[in-house]
Amino acid sequence: MKPEDFNTSVFPTWCPGCGNFAIWAALKSALVKLNLPPHKNALVFGIGCSGNFANFVKGNIFHSLHGRALPAAIGIKLANHELNVIAIGGDGDGFAEGLAHTLETIRSNVNLTYIVHDNHVYSLTTGQTSPTSVPGFKTKTTPEGAFEYPINPLALAVSAGGTYVARGFAGDIPHLTDLIVQGVWHRGFSLIDVMQPCPTFNPELSYDWYRQRVYRLEANGYVPDNRFRAWEITQEPFDQKIATGVLYEEDRLILEDSYPQISKIPLVKKDLSGIDISKMLEQYK
Amino acid sequence: MKLNTITIKIGGEAGFGIKVAGATLAKIFSRAGYQLDDYTEYPSLIRGGHNAYELTIGEKVYHHVRPVNLLIALNQQTVDLHVSELSPDAGIIFDPDKVKVAPQGRSFPVPFSKLVKDINGSELTKNTVAVGAALAVLGANIEGLLDLLRQTFSKKGSAVVDINIKAANAGYRYVKSNFPDPFAYQVKSLDTTPQIYITGNEAVGFGAIAGGCSAFFAYPMTPATSLMEFMMKVAPKFGVLARQCEDEISVLNSAIGAGFAGARSMVATSGGGYSLMVEATGLSGMTETPVVVFLAQRPGPATGLPTWSGQADLRFVMHAAQDEFPRVIVAPGDAEECFYHTAAALNLAEKYQLPVFVLSDKNLAEGGKTVAVFDQSKIKIERGEWLSELSGGEYLRYKLTSTGVSPRVLPGTEGALQIGNSDEHDEFGYSTDSGDMRTQQMEKRMKKMETLLKELPPPILYGPQKADLTIVSWGSNKGAILQAMEELPGVSVNFLHFIYVWPFPTPEAGRLIREAGKLLVIEQNFSGQFEGLIRQYVGRAPDAHLRKYDGRPFWPHEIATEIKRITKGF
Repeated sequence: MKPEDFNTSVFPTWCPGCGNFAIWAALKSALVKLNLPPHKNALVFGIGCSGNFANFVKGNIFHSLHGRALPAAIGIKLANHELNVIAIGGDGDGFAEGLAHTLETIRSNVNLTYIVHDNHVYSLTTGQTSPTSVPGFKTKTTPEGAFEYPINPLALAVSAGGTYVARGFAGDIPHLTDLIVQGVWHRGFSLIDVMQPCPTFNPELSYDWYRQRVYRLEANGYVPDNRFRAWEITQEPFDQKIATGVLYEEDRLILEDSYPQISKIPLVKKDLSGIDISKMLEQYK
Repeated sequence: MKLNTITIKIGGEAGFGIKVAGATLAKIFSRAGYQLDDYTEYPSLIRGGHNAYELTIGEKVYHHVRPVNLLIALNQQTVDLHVSELSPDAGIIFDPDKVKVAPQGRSFPVPFSKLVKDINGSELTKNTVAVGAALAVLGANIEGLLDLLRQTFSKKGSAVVDINIKAANAGYRYVKSNFPDPFAYQVKSLDTTPQIYITGNEAVGFGAIAGGCSAFFAYPMTPATSLMEFMMKVAPKFGVLARQCEDEISVLNSAIGAGFAGARSMVATSGGGYSLMVEATGLSGMTETPVVVFLAQRPGPATGLPTWSGQADLRFVMHAAQDEFPRVIVAPGDAEECFYHTAAALNLAEKYQLPVFVLSDKNLAEGGKTVAVFDQSKIKIERGEWLSELSGGEYLRYKLTSTGVSPRVLPGTEGALQIGNSDEHDEFGYSTDSGDMRTQQMEKRMKKMETLLKELPPPILYGPQKADLTIVSWGSNKGAILQAMEELPGVSVNFLHFIYVWPFPTPEAGRLIREAGKLLVIEQNFSGQFEGLIRQYVGRAPDAHLRKYDGRPFWPHEIATEIKRITKGF
């Protein structure tokens, strides 16, 4: 398999210089490394520039509603846990419209991977603040600058029981590829918040801006086995230090473990012919 | 009354087992061969407030009736609130130490609290004393109750079983010793043809399981919650996956994801919860992912009357979500129809790849009724068109076909990739904004309505083929209307009942409506939502309507009064 095997007939419509191209490359490389051909994957997308990705990669694709990729992804995984399920969305999908679903999915520890194209702005709708926007960020809807304290996705994940909490950077494709591979291997919910430059609507946070701040956790001998230490990493000031890599990882029962109905064969392969309610109806006589 | 029914009512404070006491009585009479229908009123509280359980038993019962013939009052409020509902010869069983009753009908003072103290029972066992007393008043034997108590409490240990047996006997014997003259209403033993006593929600649950539902998602909301609890408890025994999601938005989106992957999905909610599912309804429509949405109606708007009933969500559900796409709406009229048509809804959803609504309401959902044992052999699980083999080339998930239905392939199948796309899309599924392809896909989707209409059953006509007055109604008014018609044997009236309310009109319905006598449309909403469909789609203006929107059911006598009023003018 080669990464090009995952290309569809539609060439990505992203702006030149968009970080999404790098994430696209990393995802394809990861699936090759994992030896998962298109038909074995269910890729679930939200709405936004990252959502358009739905047309650019081969697989069993579900292009969901804004903010609602995670519930659909959970539904798909519970229905057929033999599929490798990857949910993909932007910071608007995951931390505004779909924040409740993100928290629930973290808590559930369902075995799927979630890649967030975090460019700290809403781009497809032509430039509005997002929950991860830097305070003071001026946009068409926040002419005086964004006010609210930014959502800290990794801090939320660490405190909500995340079992694989990672940050990636579009400017380091091999590293991001590896994070995705590990995330898929991880038995549980894997969150990868990817720093994605958006040259069109968030030009200040450019590849260069990130390169002055990102550092690889594992380069310093960091071991992601302590939730408190991970929390401290999430609190590093974003305009000075941006850790990349796995902040925290643990093994815990996954959502699928709580459903004995699917412990053997996938739900969608269940034989529907032998259902017999007559015994249970006796109780109503 | 022609059908010789007895209506029994139990009232008391919430939290004191009124519903359980009622269900116990119902089960006893169901096993004794009686037909019955019950009705519960309760406020949205856990303790305090007033709960009332009402049960009509008879040889043939379509719907509970008033007036009440026997009132069991566990507190003063019960007497105060319901004394006006009693027949002149009604009996009242009450604790004279706690409750005062004015002289009316026949009094049966039974010291529940004292009897409970004598056997060292808790306050809750008062109910069992009361049920025992009621059976004695009605001339029934105690064995049915004792058997039931043994079964019901067997898992809680012999101490619990014993105290309840003692309580039942205490109430029974007290009445037998102190009130030797038989009460005006006496029960007898009837032919015991097998039947079940079941609520509408449980019937829906069985219909879902028998109908091959494999994934069920819900969030608690009265009056759908009891279906959710049934599914969470029972469905896994049949391999069904049942999940409580974090909110209703997730409920329907998860169900659609599961459906995309090939599960037979269903969700359950009421109007307020469905409001949160509106956007995802469109997702089902656009991606052509099957899903069944069970909606048990209650009065709104907003929080409304959480524990009461209504039929005011028809237009909401018909039009929910932006733009246009096909959907089916099914409104079963009783517990039997709940079973068979929930299974049918799952088939329709998968065959036509669209959302199918099953509309119930609090009265139907939570009301218990005796029905014939469900015949599972009548249920066939139909999964629609699936490609058995891939004949080379690209698989087209949204292939333009003459029926509007594009064959499916299970995601994960080698050689067949697909995109379930919430964007408008081409035949493969890629997003498109081409005007031509949009037009073709819209027409393809809407074509499914034409195709499926052919297989929808017509409305059912009850009574004579020809009559001066035709009642038209939908959903759970069925029982009250049939009961009312039984009370008026000399009147020329028939009844056209719609289970399938959208698309409208179903085959034959137009003709039946046009050929009917004077039309009286009965429904539980303010603006005549179903009546409007008759005007718009059949082109006939009904002659009269009867609407109720106070959260209570139509009582048969209300309908009978209206029928008499209208037919007098003929």
